[in-house]
Amino acid sequence: MSLPLSKRELAGFIVAAIGLCILMPLLNAGGVVDNFTLNTWGKYLCYALLAISVDLLWGYTGLLSLGQALFFSLGGYMMGMYLMLMIGDLGVYARSGQNPNLLPDFMVFLGHTHLPAFWKPFFSLPFAILMVFVVPGVLAYIFGYLAFRSRIKGVYFSILTQALTYGAALMFFRNDMIMGGNNGFTDFRFIAGADVRSPEVKRTLYIVTAVIVCLVYLGCKWLTTTKFGLVQRAVRDSETRVLFSGYAAANYKLFVFVLSAIIASIGGALFVPQVGIINPSEMTTERSLEAVVWVAVGGRGTLIGPILGAIGINALKSWATRAYPDLWLIILGGMFVLVVLFMPKGIVGLPAQFKALWRRIRPPAAEPAPLPEATPAAVVPAETPAAK
Amino acid sequence: MSHKPFLLSAEGLNKNFSGFQAITDLSFYLDEGELRTVIGPNGAGKTTFLDLITGRTKPDSGTLEFEESHNLLALNEYEIYRLGIGRKFQTPTVYADHTVFENLVLSLEGSRGVWASLFYRLRPAEKEKIGSILETINLKDRAHWKAGALAHGQKQWLEIGMLLAQNARLLLVDEPAAGMTDEETHRTGELLLSLAGQHTIIVIEHDMTFVRQISQGRKVTVLHQGRILCEGPVDHVQNDERVIEVYLGRKSKAA
Repeated sequence: MSLPLSKRELAGFIVAAIGLCILMPLLNAGGVVDNFTLNTWGKYLCYALLAISVDLLWGYTGLLSLGQALFFSLGGYMMGMYLMLMIGDLGVYARSGQNPNLLPDFMVFLGHTHLPAFWKPFFSLPFAILMVFVVPGVLAYIFGYLAFRSRIKGVYFSILTQALTYGAALMFFRNDMIMGGNNGFTDFRFIAGADVRSPEVKRTLYIVTAVIVCLVYLGCKWLTTTKFGLVQRAVRDSETRVLFSGYAAANYKLFVFVLSAIIASIGGALFVPQVGIINPSEMTTERSLEAVVWVAVGGRGTLIGPILGAIGINALKSWATRAYPDLWLIILGGMFVLVVLFMPKGIVGLPAQFKALWRRIRPPAAEPAPLPEATPAAVVPAETPAAK
Repeated sequence: MSHKPFLLSAEGLNKNFSGFQAITDLSFYLDEGELRTVIGPNGAGKTTFLDLITGRTKPDSGTLEFEESHNLLALNEYEIYRLGIGRKFQTPTVYADHTVFENLVLSLEGSRGVWASLFYRLRPAEKEKIGSILETINLKDRAHWKAGALAHGQKQWLEIGMLLAQNARLLLVDEPAAGMTDEETHRTGELLLSLAGQHTIIVIEHDMTFVRQISQGRKVTVLHQGRILCEGPVDHVQNDERVIEVYLGRKSKAA
């Protein structure tokens, strides 16, 4: 099978992949890029995965899901459960001898004396990683199956996904869920036996994230070139027609929904060890909406757009929340409005927009020679119907 | 008397859209290989009838059978399509953001499953088939244009091409000549005539010249207010008092 990239895309991809996966960590090891910066970029790349998951649904399939932050957080929680158990006897209660069974601190605080059964398998990292795929995948499958079978579309689908996230956040806020309540999980110590806060482990986590972003990009790029991709975009543009072309549109949507949930979940799972905290505020609707803005600004319906949007806006956010903390939401909202009004294709679409503008500014030089008049209807690609 | 089973038989169909009786006690029988033209004034229920056959809406009462063994009322749109019933919509409905070629790929007969679509590769025979369809519908040099950029008439042709790619047994063609020039209309008629026999076709049309061209003595069904007003060859139908009154009377002056 040939690569699903054009020559120019391939060149760009190789440069970006080398830069992100090899050069950045090398510069960090050499002391040129400081640990904080590398860690921040690791976080951006996790967000890029979230953005890709939003775009696969919204940009490619026409499903605006406001529930992607939920899947992102679920991945984070699965990884977080493992990390919590790895704290072992370094927790506050354990050090003062009040925690003989080495439970995570929040459980001791809530009066638990034994580890709940559903926590026990999370001592195993492979199991936690498996759950990063399984839990969001199954949830997305069940939710998607019900929603798509009932042919819930458009804004109703968005509202439902939003409700799903909101409901889940409320559940995770509760202490009797035994998932850390509103404090969530934090104070991680070890991952696979190594200190999760050491620069080496952080660098490794960064590299893993960067490589996964590259692989997900390639995988999604491939997906868009298959017949599946054709059907996917057909569903976006004209779902009714898809049914009358014999495709069970619901199955295609379900596949994309589950796939996106898993991609978002992987992002969350990588996010938590790098950032060191996960709590229910990560799964609110606002988070999902932010991801939608990243995609819109970067360029929906492309794969590079969401990545650029996620990195760009979060970099801007890092700066703006320090420089103008009160203005950040206004800046974000303003940016979204500007993009919707003037840049329908986002950053990725800008070159084409500038080219068009340039042609309008200098019409005589840029105008191609007029085409022969012989078959005007066929030459002009406008809709001019030969109506009677 | 034994009768070759009908390809499509509808009996006692009724459809009411919140007070508007679109289809009234409609019975309709179609033989395999027929080219049937359905005419009737606006609001006669022609498009609703196609909606019922293709599963877009379900009737309030009545039966609808394909090959006497498939109850169409129990199936949804894509299941009905998979029986070999294809439809061209009144307003050309093509995938505007896909190329002409891709539109045909999406319509080719074959598996419609999700997993199959992931690893699907166009076979040389299929490529050839698309090539010959492109030739038939006169869009060979537009194969890599986005369908949305085609002229109106060309979109109509593309949609007919999509039916050909599907290799449907029953083609439901809703106003194929709408928005076409006379010359294009004539070519569309010839195309449909060339398909008659191998495929069974129902054509819905307003344009009487076009109806004359394609019916050529074949049976024409006149719908009026959701009922069948009369059936027969076009000359017979055109001389029917009731038809003249409800439809042709108004229309023939213009024609």
